[in-house]
Amino acid sequence: MSNKEWPIWEVFIRAKQGLNHKHVGSLHAADVQMAIENARDVYTRRMEGISIWVVESKHIHASEPSDQEALFEPANDKIYRHPTFYILPEELNHM
Amino acid sequence: MSDRELLYNYTLHLADNSMILGQRCSEWCAHGPILEQDIAITNIALDLIGEARSLYQFASEMRGEGHTEDSVAFLRDVLDYKNALLVEQPNTDWAYTIARQFFYDVYHFNLHLALANSSEKRISEIALKTIKETTYHLKWSSEWMIRLGDGTDISKSKMQDAVNHLWEYTGELFQASDIEKMAFEKGFGADLSAIAPLWHSKVKEVLDEATIAIPQSAYQQKGGKTGLHSEHLGYILADMQFLQRAYPGAEW
Repeated sequence: MSNKEWPIWEVFIRAKQGLNHKHVGSLHAADVQMAIENARDVYTRRMEGISIWVVESKHIHASEPSDQEALFEPANDKIYRHPTFYILPEELNHM
Repeated sequence: MSDRELLYNYTLHLADNSMILGQRCSEWCAHGPILEQDIAITNIALDLIGEARSLYQFASEMRGEGHTEDSVAFLRDVLDYKNALLVEQPNTDWAYTIARQFFYDVYHFNLHLALANSSEKRISEIALKTIKETTYHLKWSSEWMIRLGDGTDISKSKMQDAVNHLWEYTGELFQASDIEKMAFEKGFGADLSAIAPLWHSKVKEVLDEATIAIPQSAYQQKGGKTGLHSEHLGYILADMQFLQRAYPGAEW
């Protein structure tokens, strides 16, 4: 008997038209078809979605936690990048 | 038999098939070969039991006299169940479960395509909903047939064994009982002789792709539809009916 583990897949669900696919979790599946069906059965049982993406986890490349300072902290003192400094015309008050 | 009695009995036959198979599939709950497939097969169980519920509700309305979906589903004895022998066969292993599901799904899918045109509105409404669910079941079980059949030496031999064993329970699906014959003549039932060739061509297509040989044996079991069941059904009913019999009218 083969004890080979099935690969892990990351699952992304689009909740409704116009929204982005959002990462919801991961699962095991032997192939891509099974991954989509497992995602349907595991993550859309309560009408959470209208579209599914699956990506084998090994194809996801992540930033290194140790690079955190170099990557993210330089943005801390650049609050002018937030659009809150602009004075909006009256008509756009509710933006 | 009045038209109403005929419709009642035909509805029960449809409901019993899906109820018993749903009960069988639910036995996998917490015992699936892998978490994701445990959820998949219990989802299928819920679809089948949901379909059976709609049909039992309809049947209990026809029967009247204070009957409910629960009393119709749970308070009959073995001889009163009109399901085919195929659906009461034990789970045995994953290959048996998949083969049984696949044989039923091909039948069930084509049956409800036909029932969508039933002259009885309730039956056709239930059929339209069931087609969507069964389309998925059939896709799921077909892929598993191919995955196991065209898989490793072990999975192939287990799948071939399951197909060989269950084959003799497939013929009954298309041997119309008197109820089914009359239901078709009256316009609310399906024509099984039209479904049989669709079943055979789909089964051949999938088994070919799964590199599984189609059994040549001509012998076919029958009896379930007229109440003559294998010994398995009594045990299923004992499990299924215990709660309603011990605590009549129990609710969540």
